[in-house]
Order: sequence, then structure tokens, then C-alpha cells
Amino acid sequence: MIINHPILGPRDAQEFVYLGDANLINRPDGMSAGIEAFHDYLYNRDNPAGEHRELWYHEQGDRSWLVVTRNTVTHEITKVELARDVARAGGRSK
Amino acid sequence: MANQWNALTALGHDTAEVVEIGPYRIAERSDVALASLALRRGQDKDFAAAAKTAGVPLPAASTHAGGQVFSAFWTTPEMWFVEADFATHEDIVAALKPAFGETASITEQTDAWVRFDVSGAGLVALFERLSNLDLATLPDGYASRTVIEHLGVYLIRHSAASVTLYGPRSSAQGLLHALEVTAKSVI
Repeated sequence: MIINHPILGPRDAQEFVYLGDANLINRPDGMSAGIEAFHDYLYNRDNPAGEHRELWYHEQGDRSWLVVTRNTVTHEITKVELARDVARAGGRSK
Repeated sequence: MANQWNALTALGHDTAEVVEIGPYRIAERSDVALASLALRRGQDKDFAAAAKTAGVPLPAASTHAGGQVFSAFWTTPEMWFVEADFATHEDIVAALKPAFGETASITEQTDAWVRFDVSGAGLVALFERLSNLDLATLPDGYASRTVIEHLGVYLIRHSAASVTLYGPRSSAQGLLHALEVTAKSVI
């Protein structure tokens, strides 16, 4: 599998480490969001057959976190973004 | 009575080791000081100005750039590794910190890495067995982290016949062994 790194171009998946659902970026405020929201964030994951947004770490490359949009059925990768850009676009890391 | 304390190279000797196998020359380098230089958020302008004043090149992604005193290669967005002559810049952080001040986070890296300069004709045949990077198609000045055996290393292509590797110092012997075994299998 090849992941098309937004800065470095096509790189072998061997260089990456998989973390999981990209929703991990959207951590609720543990002090105000309430136990239900935080429980949901911590334990509940969607497991779609189809398009899935995932966090991958380019450990043997530039060590950036990426958000990879991948079809879990076909393994087709349709989009690769820097997780930093995704998080900032979502209002994180102000 | 007074003991003489000698610094050891990454391979554990008094002087840097050189191994020659066929056309390949693998030379350990212990005369280069290394530091990581990371831009602090929002300091882009002052950071760039400081780099210019200090003579530290800030090459684009995946590239290495030489300079008069300092050379540098890109490691990750907004971070570079800076190289300088060990003899004059043993304390490389002290040399960089006054120039960059609060615009950057600087960490000494000299003794965290082992550096090998690999040279000779036919390096493509060697590195196509060692690394994912396709040395044949990379431009001169290309720099990237990659895997050799199981080790994460930085690879810099200076020319078709000259490559620099920075590998983890604690695995210096293992990395050299990987280079030697592969070189012997090529020739």
C-alpha cells in the first residue's frame, strides 16, 4: 500500500504506523463536556465498511501525523492531509 | 596519577573508522556537530531573519543545503538539523541560541547519532538493497528519513557517488554491519 504524503509524495505504508479513527483529534473538554461525551470519545468507535478517516504516523519519514481517508473495503486512499492542518481547521491548537 | 579521558567515537574507538569494500568507502565521521532547530509557532518572520543573520540555511522539504559555517537539512515541517564543524562548534547550541533566542527550540544532537559518509561508484546498487528511497531518481541534495534494516536513519544524497547517513548512535555497529554485509553482497 502506498500513502501519498502531502509533503513527501508517495511513500510505502511500511514507513507508517497506524493509530485509528481520526475522530481522536476531536477530544471533548473533560471538565465541561460531561461523562457521556467523554465516554463516547474514549471507548466508542465507528467501524464502517467504506470510507474511513484514520490517523497514521510517518514514523520512518518526517514523523508527521496524517489524516488518511481510506476505503476499508477496497483500501483505496482518496485523501491524505496533515493532521495538524485538520486539527487547526477544526479550531484546535489555537 | 591523573587519568587521561579520551572521547570515543560512535563505534567506540579513538579515531573514526573507515571501511573499504570494493568500490565503496564507508567513513565514520566524528567531526561534525549536530543540533535540531525547531521554529516556535508564530515566530516565522523573526526566525527566518535570525537564520539569515546567523548564516543557517533553511532548505525546503526533503532537501539539504550547505553553507559557510552551518549546513542544514529538513527533517519535518518547521524543523531542521543543523550541522557544523565539531572542532569550532562543539557546543553548537551555544553558537545558535544567541542568534535565534526565543524564536526557536534548539537541542543538541551530536552524540545521539552516528554519521557515515558512504562514497564510491554504484551507490544505487547498494542503496536499492538497503532503503525504500530510490537513490537513482532522487536529485542531488535530497535528504529524508528512511529505514535501513530496522533502523531509522537520515539519508542525504550529495551526488550519485556520495551519500551521508545519520543513524542512531547506540546502533552504530549494527548500522555499519548492515552496510558492510550489503556492500559485500553487491560486489
